[in-house]
Amino acid sequence: MRGNFLKEMAEKKKSKPTAPYADDPINANLTDEEKIDMLRTLVRIRRFEQTSLKHYHSGSIGGFLHLYIGQESVAVGSISLLGDDDHVITAYRDHGHALSVGMGMDECMAELFGKKTGCSKGKGGSMHYFAPDKNYWGGHGIVGGQTPLGAGLAFALKYQGKKGCCLCYLGDGAINQGAFHEALNLAALWDLPVIFIIENNGYSMGTSQARSSAFPEEGLAARAKGYNMDWDVMEGVSLYEIRAGVQKAITRAHEESRPTLLEIKTYRHKGHSVADANAEKYRTKEEIQKYIQEHDPIDFWKHTLIEEGVITEDDYKAINKEAGDEANAAADFAIKSPFPDESEIFDDIYWEVDNNTAAGRTGRHFFHK
Amino acid sequence: MPREITYREALREGLDEELAFDDNVVIIGEEVAEYNGAYKVTEGLWKKWGDKRIIDAPISEAGFIGMGIGASMLGIRPVMELMFFSFAYVAFDQMMNNAATCRYMSGGLIHVPIVVRGPANGGTNVGATHSHTPENIFANMPGLKVVSPSDGYDAKGLIKSAIRDNDPVYFMESTVLYGEKCEVPSNDELEDGELVIPLGKAKVKREGADISLIAHGRAVVTSLEAAQILEEKHSIHAEVLDLRSIRPLDEQAILDTVRKTHRAVYIEENKPFCGVGAQISSMIMEQAFDDLDAPVLRITSADAPAFYSPPIEELQLPTAEEIAERALSIC
Ligand SMILES: Cc1ncc(C[n+]2csc(CCOP(=O)(O)OP(=O)(O)O)c2C)c(N)n1
Ligand SMILES: [Mg+2]
Repeated sequence: MRGNFLKEMAEKKKSKPTAPYADDPINANLTDEEKIDMLRTLVRIRRFEQTSLKHYHSGSIGGFLHLYIGQESVAVGSISLLGDDDHVITAYRDHGHALSVGMGMDECMAELFGKKTGCSKGKGGSMHYFAPDKNYWGGHGIVGGQTPLGAGLAFALKYQGKKGCCLCYLGDGAINQGAFHEALNLAALWDLPVIFIIENNGYSMGTSQARSSAFPEEGLAARAKGYNMDWDVMEGVSLYEIRAGVQKAITRAHEESRPTLLEIKTYRHKGHSVADANAEKYRTKEEIQKYIQEHDPIDFWKHTLIEEGVITEDDYKAINKEAGDEANAAADFAIKSPFPDESEIFDDIYWEVDNNTAAGRTGRHFFHK
Repeated sequence: MPREITYREALREGLDEELAFDDNVVIIGEEVAEYNGAYKVTEGLWKKWGDKRIIDAPISEAGFIGMGIGASMLGIRPVMELMFFSFAYVAFDQMMNNAATCRYMSGGLIHVPIVVRGPANGGTNVGATHSHTPENIFANMPGLKVVSPSDGYDAKGLIKSAIRDNDPVYFMESTVLYGEKCEVPSNDELEDGELVIPLGKAKVKREGADISLIAHGRAVVTSLEAAQILEEKHSIHAEVLDLRSIRPLDEQAILDTVRKTHRAVYIEENKPFCGVGAQISSMIMEQAFDDLDAPVLRITSADAPAFYSPPIEELQLPTAEEIAERALSIC
């Protein structure tokens, strides 16, 4: 079904891009099919999260649910540039990156429901998605905790002689963690091919950027100057702009093994997490509405593609419907899946024990009862 | 009608009273001021006390807790909120090394009257990174004090003592308990005009002669339920002892109950390996061996990181049924 649809789309008349950054080399050669694919990923993330929100409210999902709604273009645009030796790591607002690297809705939804069929077998939950087979290293709950790991993934790539890089995402609040600054220094000092992407949505929980960070006028990313690192600031609403900016950093990582600090300006439509009771207190309703109405990355891309003649409004509706159906099917899958077994509590703690090696059999590893 | 308030409100009252009691008390943490606290413990305090006393910090725990330690050396009494005690780990050097050893290394010239408080509990499906219970880890370090109140009455009385204490006190609460109500007298009902509970005093929460259930934090609540089951179904009268503070430790209260019942179980939501219960059972063995009619048992959370999946995480924590069943095994 989906294949046919793709083909039909691709056969539509050839596009004439006019939007800013559309003629950047990395964008100029995009096929219609690739553009539609990015639209589909944007919409799939949104529908996935809208569906998960519904089930969170009905009590099927526990813990925290940090929605990425409004920020989808950042993951979709940057991850669309990656090759086989490029890697991704992010924080707890991780559903969008997961679907962008190609994780399936079923395994992601089942994880939220705490099911055995979830991507982390129900062990990690919303904040802790992982898919090493897709070069996706999580999903990290501690603010800033992933940033040295991102440098480490880049270290390993360089050490092993691979022409790859690591995209390491963090929030605007996370830039104030000490570990991040140590990671920045190591990356610059040791020429690591890591790209730190600050997804600047303006707030860390209820604290605005102005109340949490001291930074130069040019922006948060300008802190990189102190580490002699290249940096850039971008508007996050347009996939073209994100792709053009991130590609420069990727080229720098691939060709010169140099890190970059990027800041992409974006906005989260929802609260910090679904439990954020103050979501409309620290930001005005007008501000939220303005971003939803004028800066929505999905609307923006949709209109770009309609203007270019790549899709019609009806095509968009079809994509939206297909994504909604997929998300509902994923929820059904999650509901029907079994919970993990109690015995799984002690699996996945030690590699040696799981693999029943000599090391795993020597000495006592667990002390329950 | 005795006054009932929640654990959260009791804590807030304690904080509010100490802000009034001492101008040097300052509350710092993420979202403590304008947002009213991620778990609403500090609700209203910013409005009442203003920017100077209630301060929103960026997500820089090592920085602001370390800063608090430094400020405390000059007489500030910082009360630092960790949104979750799990985040203490990014401030570990400050909390374990600086706070605990400055006094010793200066030959007693310095002291560090800081309080770091916040919830330290599992059981809310927030995954392994957010479910740590580090009371044993911090209590391991001489120089540090660790407090873990199980109800609002204690939370209020202990937070006030913690703030007045001249040493670093790590005050571990529970998000599961925040909404729980209990009787907390208002100051005008009290002889002393205020509720201050000294650190290092355990409390018998239920009297019994057959077995001692000794616990801290929320495990006390579970132990009380277990005592009820033991009484109703098995006519066994369990005594429940709440440590309240883990270091300093009320050894006498532990020895007293063990000498009374001759059987002891330690219950905690902490992990077993080198857990608080390990310390307590070894201490009972050393000091009350001849009083014991059975080995001391320990009931803890599963020896595994917290499982996200709600029904499975539930199995990781001690339950009243499990406590009752294991208690029976030594009765
Ligand atoms: C070390 C640590 N401190 C505090 C928290 C609680 N916390 C989780 S997310 C968050 C705000 C982060 O804001 P930002 O980095 O801007 O990311 P965003 O949520 O906007 O994506 C806070 C304070 C945490 N998870 N880890
Ligand atoms: Mg943010």
